[in-house]
Amino acid sequence: MEVKKYILPTAILCLGLLLPQLLDFFGLQYLLSLATRALIYGLAASSLNLILGYGGLVSLGHAVFMGIGGYTAGILLYHIQAGSRILGLLLPGSFWNSALIAWPLAIVLAALFALVTGLISLRTRGMHFIMITLAFAQMVYFFFTSLDAYGGSDGISLYGRNTLPGLDLDNDQVFYYLCLVILLIVLFLMHRILQARFGRAFIAGRENIVRLQALGIAPLGYQLSAYCLSGAVAGLAGALLVNQGEFVSPDILHWTRSGELMVMVLVGGMARLFGPVLGAVVLLFLEEYLAMYTDHWMVIFGPFLILVVLFGRSGLYGLLFEKGERS
Amino acid sequence: MLVFEQILNGLQLGVMLFLMSAGLTLVFGIMRVINLAHGSFYMIGAYVAATVTARTGSFLLGVAAALPAAALTGMLVEFLILRRLYHRDHLDQVLATFGLIFFFNELIRMIWGRSPLFMEVPTRLAGSVELFGGLQYPVYRLAIILVGILVALFLYLLFSRTRLGMRIRAGATNREMIGALGVNIPLLYTLIFGLGTLLAGLAGVMAGPLFAVEAGMGDSVLILTFVVIVIGGIGSVRGAFIGAVLVGLVDTLARAFLPELFRLLLASPSSADRMGAALASMSVYIFMALVLSVKPAGLFPARE
Repeated sequence: MEVKKYILPTAILCLGLLLPQLLDFFGLQYLLSLATRALIYGLAASSLNLILGYGGLVSLGHAVFMGIGGYTAGILLYHIQAGSRILGLLLPGSFWNSALIAWPLAIVLAALFALVTGLISLRTRGMHFIMITLAFAQMVYFFFTSLDAYGGSDGISLYGRNTLPGLDLDNDQVFYYLCLVILLIVLFLMHRILQARFGRAFIAGRENIVRLQALGIAPLGYQLSAYCLSGAVAGLAGALLVNQGEFVSPDILHWTRSGELMVMVLVGGMARLFGPVLGAVVLLFLEEYLAMYTDHWMVIFGPFLILVVLFGRSGLYGLLFEKGERS
Repeated sequence: MLVFEQILNGLQLGVMLFLMSAGLTLVFGIMRVINLAHGSFYMIGAYVAATVTARTGSFLLGVAAALPAAALTGMLVEFLILRRLYHRDHLDQVLATFGLIFFFNELIRMIWGRSPLFMEVPTRLAGSVELFGGLQYPVYRLAIILVGILVALFLYLLFSRTRLGMRIRAGATNREMIGALGVNIPLLYTLIFGLGTLLAGLAGVMAGPLFAVEAGMGDSVLILTFVVIVIGGIGSVRGAFIGAVLVGLVDTLARAFLPELFRLLLASPSSADRMGAALASMSVYIFMALVLSVKPAGLFPARE
């Protein structure tokens, strides 16, 4: 039984590692960019899972962090490629083009935005929290749509990706592996954090705030830290997504995008470490394949989603890996 | 004069938002359910009205077909799906109704195709009328304002003067108690939901001649509607009315005058226009944040 438990995860990990070679072998190279996108969305959905699944904070504006991270990377790339000034400064491309600069900057800005908005929105509960996170996301969405210098609602096309010493990020296989490694590292760290005292207190906040306070723990600090962490990871996902697609537009933070992230978390399995990744993979590939048969795949997917909500709370992860463990 | 015209425009947007938010705030206040699919009924209303009006040439027939269509679809959705979600947490409600949006948007595309429909302003309401001071204003927009005010009045009377309204209020306060007193709660809830979606359908019908009728048209209105009910205080119809008018005015006036205001402050007109436009489209959300920072439960919170 104990061994059996590890067979499937190991198999999936091997599949993830060998996927580019397998796709090459079967002549399906065009699927590699889809697989990379699935990993990136998996990263974003995992970050949402941290606050939504473990923390019980229902945010309907999570894509805003992807947008901030994505636009940070995108705007830097755009100026460097055009050789133009940003805020009156001419940045040396060799330095600022590096992923070691652009991506941490994306993470920091997303986390800062999470800090400011989190301070305000975490004071509210329930319906109000949902609406406030949505409102902040909408503010930023409209900010970027009216940003004519960066294409307004059409967005900007980029030519090439950030650079990383020793790795050729313009190579799609290399980029795939980078995303996979980042995803695994983030998931590992998240697992460790959730096991630690911090994670225990944060999860307890989902279950019963009053009891937590009675134990002498103020939940706001934990929730705010987790909110920033979650925003930071989503910011990184945004930067990766913009690099992958070499394009950024306000679409990346449209409110339906936030809804889709929630759907990935739910379909994959809430409060399960690997659930959101599974959800992202299934959703993106489902979209690709159903779209081949019919333009109207949403008409099938909508009711499917409702059925999952009504009858399958533990998601696909629960369905596949938790037989008999819990209902 | 320009200011007055923009105020009327804001009022017109406001009453349309009120029609949307009255239903949503009722559903949330009484059944504690978040319904993201509320915009879908707005869309259904607009599509049915546009089709029937185009076929028969009569706007009235269009309205007569659209309202029952929106109400019946709403009651069907309540009966099949939403009543299973009353006791679930908000997350489930958000996700399930998000699924409904997918379904309805795509269904509309399957039936009517991807290209938008256009609706003519009904002939009797076409043209414009001169208000005081030589201001020319479209009759149709005035008619919308009038309908909105009449609906507000109707809802006020319904809640304060009728037995049905009394039961609805009682149901919001204590569901078990009035169930024990012999009121059929599930039926009551279905009726309330139907009333809400009927009003959303009415808003859709009236929006038809003003905007393009297309799949997904309800989604952007939906977000504004949420802003309205959060500002007004969730569950309060009076709050929804005040909130809707405020949001309508803030949005319209900011779009009309912020760019000009920035021109006075900034040297370069093009960057002033850009900043003005950017701030104008964010104005409603900034307004909401301001209101909530002063009154976290909205202007007229319903009793808990």
